[in-house]
Amino acid sequence: MSKRKPYVRKMGSTWWTKNNFHTMYIVRELSSLVILAYSVILLFGLNALRGGEAAFDAWFAGLTNPLAIVFHVITLLWTLYHATTWFSLAPKAANLWIGEKRVADNVITGSLYAVLGGVTVIGLLIAFVL
Amino acid sequence: MKRSNEPVFWGLFGAGGMVAALLTPVLILITGILAPMGAVDFSFARVDAFASNILGGLIIWAAVSFPLWLSLHRLYHCLHDFGVHAGNGVKAAFYGAAALGTVAAAYLLLF
Amino acid sequence: MSQVMKVEIQRYRPELDKEPFWQSYDVPYTKEMSVLEALAYIKDELDPTLSYRWSCRMAICGSCGMMVNGVPKLGCKTFLRDYPQGMKIEALANFPIERDLVVDMSDFIAKLEAIKPYIIRETEQTPEDGCSIQTPKEMEQYRQFSMCINCGLCYAACPQYGLNDKFMGPAALALLHRYNNDTRDEGKEERMAFLNAHEGAWGCTFVGYCSDVCPKKVDPAAAIQLGKVDSAKDYVIAMLKPGE
Repeated sequence: MSKRKPYVRKMGSTWWTKNNFHTMYIVRELSSLVILAYSVILLFGLNALRGGEAAFDAWFAGLTNPLAIVFHVITLLWTLYHATTWFSLAPKAANLWIGEKRVADNVITGSLYAVLGGVTVIGLLIAFVL
Repeated sequence: MKRSNEPVFWGLFGAGGMVAALLTPVLILITGILAPMGAVDFSFARVDAFASNILGGLIIWAAVSFPLWLSLHRLYHCLHDFGVHAGNGVKAAFYGAAALGTVAAAYLLLF
Repeated sequence: MSQVMKVEIQRYRPELDKEPFWQSYDVPYTKEMSVLEALAYIKDELDPTLSYRWSCRMAICGSCGMMVNGVPKLGCKTFLRDYPQGMKIEALANFPIERDLVVDMSDFIAKLEAIKPYIIRETEQTPEDGCSIQTPKEMEQYRQFSMCINCGLCYAACPQYGLNDKFMGPAALALLHRYNNDTRDEGKEERMAFLNAHEGAWGCTFVGYCSDVCPKKVDPAAAIQLGKVDSAKDYVIAMLKPGE
């Protein structure tokens, strides 16, 4: 008779707290909470914009609340964390070749950072200058 | 094994991830931090003119819609990571919300 | 001059124990000592009942996978000197424990076999047909993925496999990608169903830890993302040509 009795370990729902790599994965995934919230805030803003000046000003007044500003600082940092993970993983999903040479991972990652920098500068130029 | 329809959502998720990584940071900086602190003119007339411009409208639409596909896709999969085995109803609700937001943003910009 | 390290090992004796328990051993060590050698010392000098798997002692057989302080490692490639705070060793995560550090890998092996990890030809080639020539670029498409030693560390690193063992997992999907992208192979169609399934590439959420723990520097996470691209193309083609 077999004495086999394999023991199966249960993962539970807190597995991601037990390993740093897994914790940072969940931190990455949960950046979607603030990214989702920001999209919804923009959508409400767009709705307010279409509701006329009074509605828009009321929406904007909400944004000037100190708590709202704190929320947006957190949102910005967490979204930037998403960006760094996105850029560093992007080369894995791309198999780009120029002639007989594969485009190096740091070229892809570096280009994405350059685009982020460019978009940010253009955005700020539009906000301040135009 | 059954073919998954995940490629559709993965494509939208990928687009959302790019938009959120490249465009969203500067928008948060402007609308959520600089404008509320008074550093940027964020008057109704100015924002309305930006949204009425074709390019401005496209930027707003992209900034609202694509990150919805990114975030709701990730949060749906996170449910599984946290041991919640959500069925097709929850899946429909998550992606339905992203679709609704996408259409609503387009509607508000166009009409 | 040798030092002594407290090595904690998770034990499980199926005929005696309801669940695993921790046991501590004092192991004298020098800076060259691997975890595998520490286990051999324990078995020879302290406790002959300890069970663990090993063979080559040189990181190519893939037998001695185990968790060292919660991280999947090969025992032969991990050294006591790097753990001055002590070490806790347990059986490779996400696999059923057979006894002590020995796990049941039959599910993993079945998955490796399922994806047909060999070159499939429509018509058999004979030596008289000559060599199958590949350019360096063609070879680069699969070379690193062929370095897998089937140790299972990537399965222990993968929460998606741990949460749902129907998922094909990193090594099997990397191997699938390896054969699908070999110009000598003509069996892609037989493998696409595995890739296209929810349990295939689409079960992956790109945690990326599989690639981090691989002792042979294979990048299964990259293989799976490229597999998703392949599968997405296949999805579009299937939509354009229904019924095929």
